Amino acid sequence: MRRTGGRADEGACRRADGTTDRRKQAVATMVGAATLIALCAGASVGQAQTIAISGGTVYPVSGPKIEMGTVLIQDGKIVAVGAGIPVPSGARVIDAKGKWVTPGLIHAGSSIGLSQVGSVDGTNEGTHTGDINAAFNVAEGIDPSNVLIPIARLGGVTTAVSAPSGGLIPGQAVIIDLAGDRIESMVVKSPAALVINLNEGSKSAGGGSRAGVLETLRHLFNDALEYDRRKADFQKNQIQSLAAPAAELEALRPALKGEEPVVVVANRRSDILSALRLAREFHLRLIVSGGIEAWQLADELAKAGVPVAVNTINNIPSFDGLGARFDNAALLRAAGVPVLVVEGESGGPRNLRWAAGHGVRFGMTWDDALASITLAPARAFGIDKSYGSLEAGKVANVVVWSGDPLDYASRAEVILIRGVEQPLVSRQSELFERYKHLPPDYESK
Amino acid sequence: MPQSRSLLFGIVAIQLAGCAGGARPNTGATPVANPSDSISALRSQYASTYHRKDNPPVLIRNATILTAAGPEQPGASILFKDGKVVAVGNNIAAPEDAVTVDGTGKYVTPGIIDVHSHIGVYSAPGTFAESDGNEATSPVTAQVWAEHSFWPQDPQIPLAIAGGVTVIQALPGSANLIGGRSAVLRLVPSRSVQEMKYPGAPYGLKMACGENPKRVYQNSGPSTRMGNMAGYRAAFIDAERYRRDWDRWLKDKKGDPPTRDLKLETLADVLRGKILVHNHCYRADEMQQMIDLSKEFGFHIRTFHHAVEAYKIADVLAREGVAAAMWADWCCFKMEAFDAVPQNAALVQQAGARTIIHSDDAIGIQRLNEEAGKAMAAGNQSGVPITREQAIRWITANPAWALGIDSLTGTLESGKAADVVLWSGDPFSVYSKAEQVYNDGWLVYDRHDPKHQPRTDFNVGITDPGVGQ
Repeated sequence: MRRTGGRADEGACRRADGTTDRRKQAVATMVGAATLIALCAGASVGQAQTIAISGGTVYPVSGPKIEMGTVLIQDGKIVAVGAGIPVPSGARVIDAKGKWVTPGLIHAGSSIGLSQVGSVDGTNEGTHTGDINAAFNVAEGIDPSNVLIPIARLGGVTTAVSAPSGGLIPGQAVIIDLAGDRIESMVVKSPAALVINLNEGSKSAGGGSRAGVLETLRHLFNDALEYDRRKADFQKNQIQSLAAPAAELEALRPALKGEEPVVVVANRRSDILSALRLAREFHLRLIVSGGIEAWQLADELAKAGVPVAVNTINNIPSFDGLGARFDNAALLRAAGVPVLVVEGESGGPRNLRWAAGHGVRFGMTWDDALASITLAPARAFGIDKSYGSLEAGKVANVVVWSGDPLDYASRAEVILIRGVEQPLVSRQSELFERYKHLPPDYESK
Repeated sequence: MPQSRSLLFGIVAIQLAGCAGGARPNTGATPVANPSDSISALRSQYASTYHRKDNPPVLIRNATILTAAGPEQPGASILFKDGKVVAVGNNIAAPEDAVTVDGTGKYVTPGIIDVHSHIGVYSAPGTFAESDGNEATSPVTAQVWAEHSFWPQDPQIPLAIAGGVTVIQALPGSANLIGGRSAVLRLVPSRSVQEMKYPGAPYGLKMACGENPKRVYQNSGPSTRMGNMAGYRAAFIDAERYRRDWDRWLKDKKGDPPTRDLKLETLADVLRGKILVHNHCYRADEMQQMIDLSKEFGFHIRTFHHAVEAYKIADVLAREGVAAAMWADWCCFKMEAFDAVPQNAALVQQAGARTIIHSDDAIGIQRLNEEAGKAMAAGNQSGVPITREQAIRWITANPAWALGIDSLTGTLESGKAADVVLWSGDPFSVYSKAEQVYNDGWLVYDRHDPKHQPRTDFNVGITDPGVGQ
């Protein structure tokens, strides 16, 4: 199940470029996503500008930290990282002396762009009615002007897996960069992963029992494979009725061919074991999400090479995970499991870096914690050829911090996405400016 | 007889039931000597049975101490004995029987006080069976008391203790305009809530503005904010009359007392200033409405909770002496939380209003020190400088004031309760953990000693020791 590096965003673009007309026709609901993929190769180029971030302590994640390092950026890509790198004349120099320089953070389990005001249905796009929504790709639900995007970005989050939720198969997640005025200019990979819920929330899809849920999934997967083998028979109406419409079965194909990761939301030990069983049976590239009791299966998960996306700030027992504990991430990492840290508190995705810091507090190494929000998610989702670390050839998503990014006293001072410096402004910062002196001056602000 | 009509309530009434139809009641066991003995309203109500646990004197040496009452003291010591802080400073001699703790490289703060918790009323594992926080059957339920829902075996309690929390206010939920009485509790392992009740702490009243009541009661009303306001006003108009009736009777206790009404009894005590008002209120304009309402009826709102927009009226809050209890940065989950800014607490502090960081959350309560650190940093990064001495008060002295127990706890000054936390490092850092927690001098939690890591009945046989620690 372990996916080797190199199946990067370019891979996604190639696949899109090679998308046949047949597939486009067969999967009508995927056309939008396919179009986005086709656009992504051109979208990743930033402004034609040379930028040198110089003098800071550089944490490339892919290697040891570099004191007094330079990150050299050209046309939206990193071209060199190291100490003593000559800065070309004409380059814009960002003085990072005394600062910390890291890759832009990757949020491996968000709904960024899909949700704005939690309680207002009109601003939520991540949930499709029904239980089986494999063909539901959230990409076109993402609103680039969602005011939560700049708030997350000010927390150093430059890239996010934006995922659907609800039902047994919520749909297809996408990966976006948090800059751009339209989805075409944001998308990194679409679809990026098939999402499946294997927890309390999806029991109704299995007749009220977890056993029924697994039966439903197996039936669906077997029919998707059958459909794939006998498409001609299907079109001639010479195949018995299938578990889902053709578009759904077609949308399951990349996951069942091992071409696309499958994020299985599973918390209870028995649910995680079910996910592992399913993954073995159907050769899935499994990512466990939630994983509240994953620490109890750390060795098995490590052996299977299954990444686990963990909320480090959760230790409240529930019947969906009685064994919740703060050191889940540390125990998994110590066993060799690739850990992706996500956050789950109401402060929102801006808190991702502090969730990683919380992992350190309960036993992760600092380096592992930073990797858990950069390179580890890039690898898990197959975009590590271009994302997740500061290395020549990668997309220039870079953050300059005033101090230790995993602790509270620091802030992001420079944020580059695809080599373009982002404004340090959000709706929150504008409200702050409006009210920092009372009474407010409503005429000027 | 007059008293026979007053015996409709409480235990005495049950004892007398067998005597119905007789002449003068005579139970033999508990003779009624005078009319006031038969009046439940005059009796002690669910009294605290809290007892301080014995603990040897403790001297923590060479730590950085944030007393919440003065400057941070590096390399200082603190001595506490018999549940009270004896001294903080240098050159403190330890009594012979004292336990000495090396605080080198560590920090000491007062115990954390959470002014807004639903632990015990919304207990884990979070099934309907433990959902006891909202009596959402009527918009005004001042008659309900959170302590009557509180489950002392909630497995969230030991988790909060391990986060350095020594005192909580357990509150009813926010479905109702007036949700009921709160309970101010010492967070110690106990078999009953009475054993946790903070002796001498006044009750609080939970009120709620805005979206929640109008959503919950949209079919029966109130369904608008103006309906919310009318609902509070009607309740307090009733309470005024009830208070007058009882005050008149209490003067000489002659004749029948007024009929007891639990709802109005609580509200009358709010009007008398005996019960402190804790008002869930997000929006700045609604907080100002509520201040007007409090003036209409002559009571004082002690604290606005979830005061997401406090920064917009921080000057008003300072002037009115109303505290603002806030999250560090919760945002955007509903319209009334949409204008949240991370500098909220810092701006409230800057304006001179009492600033509190609260949790409203079983995980947040375990990391209030971090939330204070986060909110302090947000101010410092935005040109609103906040000192560490101010920030520690957000989670200690100021919530103690909000609960009316600031003369008893909330700071590390001699004579105050020995509610003390020893931290592995700077309590405002993401990396620090509570190592020892002393509640009223009792070592209730020690991260390095399983003997001092309490578990609840729910944990037994279900979660491994150390889960969540």
